[in-house]
Amino acid sequence: MSAPTNASTKTERLLNLVICLLYTRQPLSKARIRDAVPQYGTAASDEAFDRMFERDKDELRELGIPLVTEPGDVLFDDEPGYRIDRREYALPEISFASDELAVLGLASRAWAQASLAGPAAQALRKLEAAGVERDDSSLIGIEPRVRTAEPAFEAVKNAVLSRTPVSFTYRTAGSGEVATRHVQPWAIASWHGRWYLTGFDTDKDAPRVFRLGRIEGEVAIEGKPAAYEVPEGHQPKAMISTLVVERDPRPAALRVRVGAGHSLRRQARTVADSDGSWSLVEVDFTDTEAFADEISTFGPDVVVEGPSELRESVIRRFTGALGPAAGSEEASA
Amino acid sequence: MSPRRPAGQTRQVTESATHRLSRLLTMVPWLLNRQGVEIDEAAREFGVTAAQIEADLALLFLCGTPGGYHGDLIEAEWESGKVFLGNADTINRPLRLGVDEALALIVGLRALAAVPGIGERDAVVRALAKLEAATGSASAGSSRIQVLIDEGTGREAMALAQEALAARRRIHLRYLVPGRDESTERDVDPMRLVNFDAHWYIEGWCHRAEDVRLFRLDRIESLTLLEGDGTPPATAQPRDLDSGVFTPRADDLLVRLALRPGARWVSDYYPTESVERSQDGGAVITLRTADTAWLRRLMWRLGSQATVLEPESLAREVRRGALEALEAYAGSAGSTPASG
Repeated sequence: MSAPTNASTKTERLLNLVICLLYTRQPLSKARIRDAVPQYGTAASDEAFDRMFERDKDELRELGIPLVTEPGDVLFDDEPGYRIDRREYALPEISFASDELAVLGLASRAWAQASLAGPAAQALRKLEAAGVERDDSSLIGIEPRVRTAEPAFEAVKNAVLSRTPVSFTYRTAGSGEVATRHVQPWAIASWHGRWYLTGFDTDKDAPRVFRLGRIEGEVAIEGKPAAYEVPEGHQPKAMISTLVVERDPRPAALRVRVGAGHSLRRQARTVADSDGSWSLVEVDFTDTEAFADEISTFGPDVVVEGPSELRESVIRRFTGALGPAAGSEEASA
Repeated sequence: MSPRRPAGQTRQVTESATHRLSRLLTMVPWLLNRQGVEIDEAAREFGVTAAQIEADLALLFLCGTPGGYHGDLIEAEWESGKVFLGNADTINRPLRLGVDEALALIVGLRALAAVPGIGERDAVVRALAKLEAATGSASAGSSRIQVLIDEGTGREAMALAQEALAARRRIHLRYLVPGRDESTERDVDPMRLVNFDAHWYIEGWCHRAEDVRLFRLDRIESLTLLEGDGTPPATAQPRDLDSGVFTPRADDLLVRLALRPGARWVSDYYPTESVERSQDGGAVITLRTADTAWLRRLMWRLGSQATVLEPESLAREVRRGALEALEAYAGSAGSTPASG
């Protein structure tokens, strides 16, 4: 053995500790653990060993290893003992068919570029450890992808899972106003490629939806886990999508230049030629501002004939696009 | 028998002890069930180098049940390039899935189950049921994390694209290019069907562009399977989607925009080179693009909420188009189309 790194010595110590605590039938006292795991021999003093062991215990628990403390055996009855329950430790025996493993592989790879990439890959390896090889053949070339580009994702996800109140600096959509918000997180959902948080806003005393991308800086923890209940049957998707107001569709009459406005023609109820260069297109729409956004992208190739508020809305965009300075410049030119 | 550490690379970021432990506890059952597996294959599976696998095996070799005698230690042999592992019964099962591990798979599977036209729906449902039963409390909160990766569009195109990929067939597309408001016809050799920001895309070698292109399924007007072989050229590389579907190149045009608060979303939506917040709650952003047609359209849409600062040529195009549109409105009475 040439001098291994500190990290390597520590891995050895932790692995021996895990094996030792899984192996034992009786809970082991600290003194017996110190004898059984050779790497504890390097501890300079009892205090140094105590500190090392306490930290090791915490780290194993953080990994999800069910290390339990129990009353010690008869010889050491004044001291607690430690062990790892094998049934609690081991992944239950589940046998996946190869096509099931293939879709699990797909689910795991979906996170490949996201913050859960590590856990997703590790989970798949654990399931495959039993020896079944997955059959990907029918899923060749299919790549679902989840992105978690929002820096707040990890903290907010953990708060949702543990039901812990949080606060954060939030930039409001329209006004750009920045304020501190206090929230009991209920759920997060990725919708149209963006992550949203639903929860109870304790300042506004009402449920609210937040976009993770508008959270600025750190997410602060404002209480203990399991501090509140999430409403029974909460549907994050439904709550987020109601942000988009659904109304009954109405028809718009548009003049569309021939050879242009392809996506409008696709949605059209009727298309008629007005002359060689323009078509008359009737399209249903629900939200005036959203439809004005779409129509204005066609520039001079689409003209709204009616209804008038849609027409005004589009004209306002073009007037705005000229800019105040540009207007006078054109006039003076 | 000591870990191979290349000289001169000692200041690499060292893996934490617990991270490595977690890999070892998964690697042991994986190897026990695959006696004689190649080191390289194990390295691929665990996403580490072959040297790292050897170092891991060397470490395992030093661990075992209390006593420290020869018979207590894990047996590992890998001299031949094939790995044999023994005497590791205490850790022959993988550790249960942690909260994040269960979450990633369950949320991922639920997202897949909601995709119409994906070939393996039945397998998704079966896998989900088994996984939920096996993870118990670790998956308790997973229903409160949702991913909706599908807008429910393009079911037919989805099925045809899968068929083309499986059979390596060339396809013919009539495709709408919304950025340029163009309907185009092209032959494509599909490479993959990729979901990105809740839309599915066919990525493939486009014979018209002679380059790799992405086609959004809901913009495909028609898709036909052709008889010809659809193997893409060996040089065709899938695009790196990490930074978005639109990957700017260094030689693209640099554009500077002033966004008012109502247009701040633009900086979240498009890949930017820089974002500078301004006093009024808006921002000044820079981005690179090869094609300005879409930007012109975006600027019309944003109206007074955004201004092109650079280049002046783009600013002029935006103004010219807006003026032309306003003239068309001035010449039309509204409510009834102007007769030619």
